[in-house]
Amino acid sequence: MDMPIPNAAVISAKAKIVRRLRSVLPADAVIDDPAETRAYECDALTAYRCPPLCAVLPASTKEVSDVLRICHEEGVPVVPRGSGTSLAGGALPTADCVIVGVARLNQVLEVNYDDRFVRVQTGRTNLSVTGAVEADGFFYAPDPSSQLACAIAGNIAMNSGGAHCLKYGVTTNNLLGVTMVLMDGTVVDLGGAHLDAGGLDLLGVVCGSEGQLGIVTEASLRILPKPEGARPVLIAFESNEVAGACVSDIIRAGVLPVAIEFMDRPVIRATEAFAKAGYPDCEALLIIEVEGSEAEIQDQLDRIIAIARRHDPVELRESKSADESARIWLGRKSAFGAMGQINDYMCLDGTIPVSQLPLVLRRIGELSKDYGLGVGNVFHAGDGNMHPLILFDANKPGDLEKCEAMGADILRLCVEVGGCLTGEHGVGIEKRDLMVDQFAPVDLDAQMAVKDVFDPKWLLNPAKVFPLAASEARRMDTRKA
Amino acid sequence: MTHRPTSEQELADIITAARGPLSIKGGGTRPIGRPVSGEALETGAISGVVDYEPGALTLVARAGTPVSEIEALLDTENQRLAFEPMDHRTVLGTTGNPTLGGVAATNASGPRRFSVGAARDFMLGVRYVDGAGQIVKNGGRVMKNVTGYDLVKLMAGSWGTLGVMTELSLKVLPKPEASATLTFQGDQWQDAMKRAVKSPYDVTGAAANPHDRTVHLRVEGFDAQVSYRARQLTEMIGPLGDVSVETDAKKNAALWAGIRDVADLRDRPLVWRVAMAASDLTGAFAHALAQLAEVDLRYDLGGGLGWIGSTTDDPAALHSKLQQLAADPAITGRHGGHVTLVKGPMDLRGSAPSFQPSAPAVAALMSGLRAKFDPSGILNPGLMT
Repeated sequence: MDMPIPNAAVISAKAKIVRRLRSVLPADAVIDDPAETRAYECDALTAYRCPPLCAVLPASTKEVSDVLRICHEEGVPVVPRGSGTSLAGGALPTADCVIVGVARLNQVLEVNYDDRFVRVQTGRTNLSVTGAVEADGFFYAPDPSSQLACAIAGNIAMNSGGAHCLKYGVTTNNLLGVTMVLMDGTVVDLGGAHLDAGGLDLLGVVCGSEGQLGIVTEASLRILPKPEGARPVLIAFESNEVAGACVSDIIRAGVLPVAIEFMDRPVIRATEAFAKAGYPDCEALLIIEVEGSEAEIQDQLDRIIAIARRHDPVELRESKSADESARIWLGRKSAFGAMGQINDYMCLDGTIPVSQLPLVLRRIGELSKDYGLGVGNVFHAGDGNMHPLILFDANKPGDLEKCEAMGADILRLCVEVGGCLTGEHGVGIEKRDLMVDQFAPVDLDAQMAVKDVFDPKWLLNPAKVFPLAASEARRMDTRKA
Repeated sequence: MTHRPTSEQELADIITAARGPLSIKGGGTRPIGRPVSGEALETGAISGVVDYEPGALTLVARAGTPVSEIEALLDTENQRLAFEPMDHRTVLGTTGNPTLGGVAATNASGPRRFSVGAARDFMLGVRYVDGAGQIVKNGGRVMKNVTGYDLVKLMAGSWGTLGVMTELSLKVLPKPEASATLTFQGDQWQDAMKRAVKSPYDVTGAAANPHDRTVHLRVEGFDAQVSYRARQLTEMIGPLGDVSVETDAKKNAALWAGIRDVADLRDRPLVWRVAMAASDLTGAFAHALAQLAEVDLRYDLGGGLGWIGSTTDDPAALHSKLQQLAADPAITGRHGGHVTLVKGPMDLRGSAPSFQPSAPAVAALMSGLRAKFDPSGILNPGLMT
């Protein structure tokens, strides 16, 4: 993975830059000791590391604005950082950058049940947003699996999803407004507590822009009344094709579960060895959860079970209690940990049209044989968002590169069948160079034109999302100036 | 002169060759915003459904496809456009055939907005021709997609000022088996509406008429679900006033289509749309409005959307006052809000911004984007400003 050559002029001006940052922040909010900046050298894509020039931890919108204004004046690249849980390298530093971490922006500013929103500072974790309102019967719907740790700032940057977005949508569908600082220090409010934009929907393009348009310091998020209850059913099949057909039939029948999770045999075996959830040994396993009152749940489960029986499942286990629900979810929730027990793994994130599921799973199996690397599939089947886990040995020379090449082949396959490179993790550096497989140059230019408007000097997270060759002229213009 | 291209490429050629402003139309049923003088460009002939996968809940169609054609096709699979796009013909008295592109360009939605989302939330992908005549695509036809910037959202509600859409991918949803409408009447109508939308009973419509103190609430789903939820809601708001329940599907569909299209205010020469947090709109804003003028007010989206009808003889004064109120921190605090003139005389539409002006730094971003997407300023220039 290439990164741009750091700007030597910025690195040699480190003392001045740090001095200026110290003049607007408390002493402990500027971290420039190489022993300490190492803590910011990577995110959850740990294969790539680089300590930043320095890291700052502002505690207010004003402090973020001061920091960005200084970096803008000094021509210093800025990499925003939520909690550092990105699997795509979204928060990977360069040696000439200032990391702006939002960890100290963690307050709840307003809880408004009548209008069903909360306004929070964006360093707050995803789960703690729900934590602030659940005693009163509300929740924040997007639930990425890193929700215990990941920050709302990162959720907005990556437009994060989760297991329940079939019913509730992803971050962009649950975001009402933001306060955002532009690279030159200007503070703007986009949206608010109301629905939809009065002019152009800038909020819509900011969400998912991977920290390249501004740093979001406050966000108004929709909260929803908690459903009365939820219960899953586990259904096992002897073939991926049949499982895929079953998912499609359920959706066509008008049942809209909150989650349809899919696991294949390698993942089932790994989780059984690890968590002993009591899953049957089968080719494909579905976990389908529905919500509502007890009677509503039963009615929906009956419909799902009737459809599933037509597809001749090898096992069908309906949860009748909270305990049984927990057991059904246990294996799915420990799937990633279980795969990690076997070996190092790389988690992919492509989305495909649901109808292409059997074809794509078969081709992934063939690629696995060709490359000689094991692969397990666990994903959100209702919306076609796949998470193939490729197993490799990080200590074996060449294995990571082989794994990356196989991952790229799988993602190209997703695009080829009408899908996309990333469903919820984002492009970051991981999929940056594959963007040309999904987009024509004119399509990428249209996206980069948006960045030209928000960040004309291309200082915010500049080496992400777009292939370096495509963004080079824009990034280098700034350096010359 | 009127251009009526039959293909995306032909459209691109027309825009490339254009030397002056183009007035872009789908079915021409929504004449809203500053009038554009220039050659007319109609997209109605770029039409047809490209792909429909009921099992994946996705549909791809060209922008000029009539909404009615799409709805009829979805109906054969018992599916629908869940955001129930508003049909502006009722309130504006226009004729013609609303198109999918028009729905997308105006982000036209309906009473289910606060429950399932707006047009923007159901748009998965877009193809458009920008002001330089370039054909651009963004998004795709899958439900989860964060590959690159979300220009789909930017195109939604851009009223043809950033590009002319040629094709859209949409998420569709199953039609519910049953629906029920609860009608509440009584002095505590605001409280009844508030409690219902905060409940876990999945209310998918909540509209009110403050003059006769009536609230309509909609629940949808399977038979057993609907009767259960209607019962629970009746129990919850029954003590506050009179409640009746209607379960006839045809009657309910007609009632909610009327609410969606603001049929109540069709005879008013002036109509505004107000988006605000429900507490601000039904509280401080409504209070200030009552001091102002003789107006009719209707609420939708649990109070988060207001429709104002008026017969005042000074439309310009009322218009500017309404937009001032929406921007007044004493009314909306930091929650924001906006007022759009939906129906008004040509001279008012020509002299004042129909859309709520943004703060200077935000307005600069918007004009910066227009300058990038439409460098010669030929796509519906000035319509939104």
